[in-house]
Amino acid sequence: MSDMPSANAELSAATSSSPARLAWARLQRDRLAMAGIAVLALLGLAALFGWLATSASSPWAVASLDPATVRLTDKLAAPMSAASALVSESERPFLGVYLMGTDELGRDVFARMLQGAPVSLLIGFVAVGIALVVGVLVGALAGYFAERTVLGLSIDTVLMRLTDAMLCFPTFFLILTVVALLPASIYNIMVVIGLTSWMSTARFVRAEVLSLRNRDFVAAARALGLGPARIIWAHVLPNTMSPVLVTATIGVATAILTESALSFLGFGVQPPDATWGNILADGKVFIFDAPWLFFIPGFAILAVVLAFNLVGEGLREALDPRLRHLREAAPAAIRTVRASGRKRTAMADGSSTAGQ
Amino acid sequence: MINWLVRNSFQRLVLLVIVSIMAHAVVHLAPGEPSEVDPTNPRMKAEDVARIRAAFHLDDPIHLQYVRWLRDLASGDLKSFKDGQPVVEKIGQRFWNSLPLFLVATLLIWTLSFPTGIHAALRRGSVFDRSATLTAYALISIPGFCLAYLFIMFMVNVVGAPVIGMRTFGTEQASTMLQFMDRLWHLTLPALMLALGGIAVLSRYVRAQMLEVVGQDYVRTAIAKGLDRDRVIYGHALRNALLPFITMFGLMLPGLVGGSVIFEQIFAWPGIGRLGYEAILARDFPVILTINFIAAVVTLAGTFISDLLYAWADPRIRLQ
Repeated sequence: MSDMPSANAELSAATSSSPARLAWARLQRDRLAMAGIAVLALLGLAALFGWLATSASSPWAVASLDPATVRLTDKLAAPMSAASALVSESERPFLGVYLMGTDELGRDVFARMLQGAPVSLLIGFVAVGIALVVGVLVGALAGYFAERTVLGLSIDTVLMRLTDAMLCFPTFFLILTVVALLPASIYNIMVVIGLTSWMSTARFVRAEVLSLRNRDFVAAARALGLGPARIIWAHVLPNTMSPVLVTATIGVATAILTESALSFLGFGVQPPDATWGNILADGKVFIFDAPWLFFIPGFAILAVVLAFNLVGEGLREALDPRLRHLREAAPAAIRTVRASGRKRTAMADGSSTAGQ
Repeated sequence: MINWLVRNSFQRLVLLVIVSIMAHAVVHLAPGEPSEVDPTNPRMKAEDVARIRAAFHLDDPIHLQYVRWLRDLASGDLKSFKDGQPVVEKIGQRFWNSLPLFLVATLLIWTLSFPTGIHAALRRGSVFDRSATLTAYALISIPGFCLAYLFIMFMVNVVGAPVIGMRTFGTEQASTMLQFMDRLWHLTLPALMLALGGIAVLSRYVRAQMLEVVGQDYVRTAIAKGLDRDRVIYGHALRNALLPFITMFGLMLPGLVGGSVIFEQIFAWPGIGRLGYEAILARDFPVILTINFIAAVVTLAGTFISDLLYAWADPRIRLQ
């Protein structure tokens, strides 16, 4: 009986040291990444609430949070200012106060930000989803079937030259061209951003697959008679997932920024859909007269994109054992040199000694 | 070596053809057309649309259009849809306006990110490192135009830096020196804005690269031999840390063209990015395609030079 607790402890120690748990434990020590996760959790809640409360088709739509309500009597009201008496009862803002002010049509910025949150997130996630599907597919095929030939060229050559060709395009210019030529639609923007950002994923998935496909576990799977599709999907790809996760996280950030840049040039998501990008782009005209129209969406985008970037970097460090090793070993050597034997000759250090 | 040069140049030429075919296909297969720039114009009748399409050969099969574009580009006969001006001349003019912007931005990126990154890596965890890290993240996380507006507000009020165009109006008669200084002064803010994103990204890479290299055995050996710290850092560590950046140089070139679309728009800079934006608005296919083509040529040339430099800098690499 007395052995039981220790055996249990051992068991739990064994389960708690799965790679994912270890990575999570490491991530928890990264304060910036944890702050990022907190911001993203908040954003997720805001997006969910915004989607439920502001979309017209939702059964939970809150009338006081209707982002399309135009109140010309209260246009360009400052944040936290109360609605004027001229606004009819049915059009009063949430709590009777414009939490984030109003824009040039008297629309409640708070409601518009809530409406924009899920749209901005959706653009990021769908674009990254498309980029990942294409990138992983191209990378896995190029890596696993590297020697198979089509029309005298190996699959690897064909797919990788295609990737190289895509890398030669000035991406933003290409996105802008296509988005401008296609009919304005939020889906076109997602698809175009996704189809122009898969190249880095394809390159590192290919490199990983190339090194993985000759390992013993893949040979064993092949010996069991598994088909290539199953080997790639169930045995090879799971081993490439940690860099993919990192790229995806940072990719969402990039997609949100790209959308706001497109909005700035007038090719972003068109009204009546609000995204943080187009609220910001519309607000730039009022930067002096109604700065909240510029600063609120600007800092919201900054906070969210920063959070995605910090979480992505945190994941990179938490998932890569090599980096962890470096982090602990590397700078100590240089530090010791700094602290102890500072045997500098006067010539090498002339300027600083002269200063002293 | 000669073998490698020939084969590599040939590969890049093939790549260039692929890129131009892809660009051509994308531009021509997308639904928007030059005849639809102004769809609400009541004077545009069906026969006008047909005339426009015929004039620009838009009814021909797409491969013929591609061959025509390539032939006209090579012979210099390519005309803009918008105003009938020769495309190469039009782009050339704007390119010379953009070039100083690109050069100064590149110079800023490479001269500022290295000291920052190296310093941050050597003092990992210090206040400098943490604030540099956070600043870098903030810079890559804010929409470029948003940051530019903040900078404009600040710089105009505090320093009085010019934010419109390439030169002050009415300085055509001034001395060459004054004109040059005026140009440079106008370049400050746009070039800085174009460079900031690159500085943030590159300084992070430099830091990571330095951290990796200072953990290597040869650095420990050098320290153990009792070599001077600066000698170890700059002679042993940095030289090896530098290698990957040679490759990055070529890959960062298309980003400059893409970024210039936004920043030239903000600062009313009559450069290639703004020309591209105007061409997109007017659905001026020859100009769009040629700008894309030039960007691809510059990128391919950049990576080619990068490869050569890499082989020159790293004796372990043999070009064959």
